[in-house]
Amino acid sequence: MKNNLLIFIAFLLALIQVPVHADMTLEIVTQGAQLTPVAILPFAGDGTGPHQLSAVIAADLKRSGLFDPLNTQGVSPAPADVEGVNWDAWQAQHANFVVVGNVQEEPATHHVKLNFRLVELPNRMAHLSLSFDGPADQYRMVAHHAADAILENITGYKGMFSSRIAYITQHGPARSLKVADSDGFNEQSMLHTNEPILSPKWSPDGQRMAYVTFELGRPMVVVQTLASGVRHVVARYKGSNSAPAWTPDGRHLAVVLTKDGHSQIYLVSLNGSEAPERLISSGGIDTEPYFSPDGRTLYFTSDRDGGPQIYRIALSDLRGSPERLTYGSSYAVSPRLSPDGKQLAYIQRDGGAFHVMLMDLATKQTQPMTDSSLDESPTFAPNGKYLLYSTQDGGRGVLAIVSTDGRIRQKLSTQTGDVYEPVWGPLQ
Amino acid sequence: MKKALLALAVTSVLAACSSTPTEETSAPVAQKTAAPAAVAPAQPMVKEPVTVSLYPAKGVGGALGQRTIHYAFDKYTVTDEYMPVVDAHGDFLLSHGAAKVTLQGNCDERGSREYNLGLGQRRADSVRKILIAKGVKDSQIETVSFGKEKPVNPGHNAAAWAENRRTDIVYQGE
Repeated sequence: MKNNLLIFIAFLLALIQVPVHADMTLEIVTQGAQLTPVAILPFAGDGTGPHQLSAVIAADLKRSGLFDPLNTQGVSPAPADVEGVNWDAWQAQHANFVVVGNVQEEPATHHVKLNFRLVELPNRMAHLSLSFDGPADQYRMVAHHAADAILENITGYKGMFSSRIAYITQHGPARSLKVADSDGFNEQSMLHTNEPILSPKWSPDGQRMAYVTFELGRPMVVVQTLASGVRHVVARYKGSNSAPAWTPDGRHLAVVLTKDGHSQIYLVSLNGSEAPERLISSGGIDTEPYFSPDGRTLYFTSDRDGGPQIYRIALSDLRGSPERLTYGSSYAVSPRLSPDGKQLAYIQRDGGAFHVMLMDLATKQTQPMTDSSLDESPTFAPNGKYLLYSTQDGGRGVLAIVSTDGRIRQKLSTQTGDVYEPVWGPLQ
Repeated sequence: MKKALLALAVTSVLAACSSTPTEETSAPVAQKTAAPAAVAPAQPMVKEPVTVSLYPAKGVGGALGQRTIHYAFDKYTVTDEYMPVVDAHGDFLLSHGAAKVTLQGNCDERGSREYNLGLGQRRADSVRKILIAKGVKDSQIETVSFGKEKPVNPGHNAAAWAENRRTDIVYQGE
């Protein structure tokens, strides 16, 4: 909870360019004009400072880029329920919604319980009346669940705050595979080594992580259980073993092996009991496998037509010819599917720059999501509304988030060193 | 959302004649928060010791003194410029059957880490194929790709990238 190494700098892109007139004026509209003002009142019985559940909820909603949490620090005493709310005051501040409630600590079980209501103004209509409960040392996660419920009720978006992210940090040769809450708090290290780590991938249940480690000299694929730290070797064949991708049922991993020559995609079982099954064949590099959420289609990167491009093939027809999806550039890599399977995020080279791209798979229309130059590793939020990726800023590796509508941008960086290979985990 | 809209329609009538917020008809829903598992760090793995083999002294002149082959962006072909280097090490390996090399393929920092891992492997393999064609024994050669993970020049410019696109010829035990 203390080591929130990630500093979140949110800069919301709410610049609206008005039609250009004779004298080329540019009007900048402040973000507030587009954001929903919401008053998250201090909860009766809540902690103080960083331990305030109301502050965690307000920070989540602010980070979504959709809300403008009003300053509620002066509210005293904190109302336990709707009876104590000064409605006229919040209406005067143009709050569209008020969140009010109370926190109960249960010393016997070391749990905290948050009861709250979401009330719309000006008609003072209750939208939500919910209770969330969790271990006291996970109080932030209790607040994240509440924020997810508020987000979903007001916007219709599924939640995303009660999820975790993983990423790799590097200082000189020292690398760490880390896991943190989606707001960067609660950072914990899964692995520390001076050798490269690559491609962390959450199991569908969020309990395990597959990744590539060079600790024994050559790249091998391991699966680590988060709670115990126990690791199992999934692929350590002759040559290189890399690019793990979970099947949606969490029972197998696609991996890239060079045991038979060049980089090709195989399916392996988690306990290594079955011989690797080669999924597709090419004379080039096939890598970065990624299963569609329904488990029926395999997306991958291949240089079979020259430079790297993104392809897909139905798992029911692996002898068929893969469909090439990307044409806009000589270099397209890192396919990732949105949770609904309708959008494809990837990295494309444009001139000297590498951008995050988004493709609507129904229309095959593509659009660049970033204007930075060395983007990598896009990963969708569990609700599909945001993309987390790594890029460079001032020569250092940083993480950034862009909403899939391109409107909202955030940058996340460590205080020193590089951070890369982000991957967004499932909702808790 | 649908449910909320329905509640909105019903309660807005009540709201008109009430100064305190109305409530949804359903009782508060209790929801448990699943506590995320605490993370335990993994135990480090221990590398196996490498036996010392023969190797040419680093200071030797000529092509044998060179240990690095460079490439163009997204390419893995050994160009004519570097053939004398590969030839010299091939000759050394042929005349010293106990000598073993690891060919380490590397890439510049641009593009995906996994694709670069594949590309680095192809770079190492391209050197290996030439050595095998010369008659060097398969058992004398190992290949590994470090992708873009072990740059020799940490810079973010064209000169650094050119330096980092390489296969290093490393003699075992050196």
